[in-house]
Amino acid sequence: MIQPAVIRKQRVIVLLLLILTAVTIGIGMGLGYSSVSYDRLIPVLLGQGTFKEEFVLFSLRLPRMIITLLAGMALALSGAILQGITRNALADPGIVGINAGAGVAIALFFLFFPVQAGLFIYALPLVAFVGALLTACLIYLFSYSKKTGLQPNRLILTGVGFSMALSGLMIVLISSAERSKVDFIAKWLAGNIWGSDWPFLWALLPWLVILVPFALYKAHALNLLTLHESVAIGIGVSVEKERVILLVTAVALAASAVSVTGGVAFIGLMAPHIAKALIGPRNQLLLPVALLIGGWLLLFADTAGRQLVEPDGIPAGIMVALIGAPYFIWLLLQNK
Amino acid sequence: MEKTYRHSIPFVYKLLAGFLFFLVMFVIAMLFGAADTTIRDVWLAVSSQAAEEKISLIRDLRLPREIAAIFVGAALAIAGAIMQGMTRNPLADPGLLGLTAGAHAALAISLALVPSASSFVLMLACMIGAAAGAALVFGISAGKKGGFSSLRIVLAGVAVSSLLYAIAEGIGLAFKISKDVSMWTAGGLIGTSWSQLQVIVPCITLGILLSLLLSKQLTILSLSEEVAVGLGQKTTRIKILLFFVIIMLTGASVALIGNMTFIGLMVPHIVRTLVGTDYRSILPMSALVGASFMLIADTLGRTVNAPYETPVAAIIAVMGLPFFLFVVRKGGSALS
Repeated sequence: MIQPAVIRKQRVIVLLLLILTAVTIGIGMGLGYSSVSYDRLIPVLLGQGTFKEEFVLFSLRLPRMIITLLAGMALALSGAILQGITRNALADPGIVGINAGAGVAIALFFLFFPVQAGLFIYALPLVAFVGALLTACLIYLFSYSKKTGLQPNRLILTGVGFSMALSGLMIVLISSAERSKVDFIAKWLAGNIWGSDWPFLWALLPWLVILVPFALYKAHALNLLTLHESVAIGIGVSVEKERVILLVTAVALAASAVSVTGGVAFIGLMAPHIAKALIGPRNQLLLPVALLIGGWLLLFADTAGRQLVEPDGIPAGIMVALIGAPYFIWLLLQNK
Repeated sequence: MEKTYRHSIPFVYKLLAGFLFFLVMFVIAMLFGAADTTIRDVWLAVSSQAAEEKISLIRDLRLPREIAAIFVGAALAIAGAIMQGMTRNPLADPGLLGLTAGAHAALAISLALVPSASSFVLMLACMIGAAAGAALVFGISAGKKGGFSSLRIVLAGVAVSSLLYAIAEGIGLAFKISKDVSMWTAGGLIGTSWSQLQVIVPCITLGILLSLLLSKQLTILSLSEEVAVGLGQKTTRIKILLFFVIIMLTGASVALIGNMTFIGLMVPHIVRTLVGTDYRSILPMSALVGASFMLIADTLGRTVNAPYETPVAAIIAVMGLPFFLFVVRKGGSALS
């Protein structure tokens, strides 16, 4: 039984976050290399802008912001699920190597399968998912022991190792590539939002439309998995099955996000934590809040990063790390 | 003093075998590459003043490079061994624990502020950076009781490293020097010159000699804090000295070739299976094995994809993963 007061509080927080996101988008629309003044925003949105204004807004800025927002949401949700199933507050798809696995798959695909541009984009999330899933399986395998089941701590350590080695592998792959492709992989590693065009949005959207509601639907199962293993079994949860389903969901969410944003870590770590501080650990309430926070964080990081250095800006991944790493350190100091 | 050997083969022979292995690797490294050379060319390059094209290629490009590989490999292996002994943590490695990231950030900062800095200044900057990185990681993981568990220390390393890398990249982009920074840090052994070696080799040599002098104290310290104190060791002083040696070795290595993870982790573990747990044996053997390893990795890097170079750090990262997984799996018993 969830108290009505808590539900009301969650509604208010969700509303505030939505407003915050809308405001950020509004401000972000006017910022950038070629500016569109704020009093022109609404006419342009209503279709009364000049060609240049429409081009800047609809072809450059809006798709990028929407993609960033969605990717941030996916990463946050993925992080929340991972933290739940590993019972470790420090899990994040970037830290445990899932992002790097997706990255290696994308790099391989990019190097060895020269498909035409259109198909390439739609295959990306799928390729990323396969790579990330393989990595996740390996990590799971190495951190599973017959006697004690899944060991959350070992899972994270193994993941850190994989993340480093796979980033190394990506560099090995780069160096075997033509020079033009090198640039792409280097950008990917830095977490540059490179898929900032409408087709990328259409490639990403179906994944989220399926996965986000599914994850929210599974919130209750996630609550139970967060409990102690024996308690969860005692209540009658088929722990292993639920855990694998949720893990695959988390992997798919992270993979689809990083396939367009590049290696962005820490969003999946920060968003659930902030959400938990706001609304408490109940996943039914927590997940939507974490989702919105994650989306806003990445959007904010990218929008701010774009302004800092002309003309390319600082990649979102680096901006997020600048904010996220100190947060992570602070968490480490809090944790026992 | 009577010495008793646990193993049937005396240590001297093992060291000799290690040295032979190292020599073979050195010759192989000198022979293979984008341009294959003969043993006669190598000999002439080392022993005579002849100035044929191939011979001067060896003398000006390959020889300094391999010398750098040898010293950096030895330095990082010894630094890793000391760290593992000091912290009694099998996962300690200069790359994992934020030292190389700190040096990297310091390098970026000094290149941004003083673009014309000499090798010596950069090396000093790297050492200061390495010290700062290590201090952060140790500070964070010692912040709470029971701080030095593998998980906490590795996670603190990850957090600090991501932060410092992000800072380095941000500075690189903001001051438009990211090419220079990555030339230093991602270039690996490419373009090592004699003038760089003149600064860095003496420093690494000094560090290695100091570490050998301290190896007996390190063995005592690696048993346990209480034993060391009980045997009359001034543990704080020894720890500070050892820390100083680590910083010297790592800082100089990063100044020469950039980031390198896992070699300091792998080598001491391999060496322990060969010579046991006495650091008087581990340190010299680590130097030989580390140098050989680096030569192998560099030869691979130059030949796998000739004429392109595969960064040696990436190769080491991929080779290191199995060891990392092995150590994680074995847990604390990996040190004995």
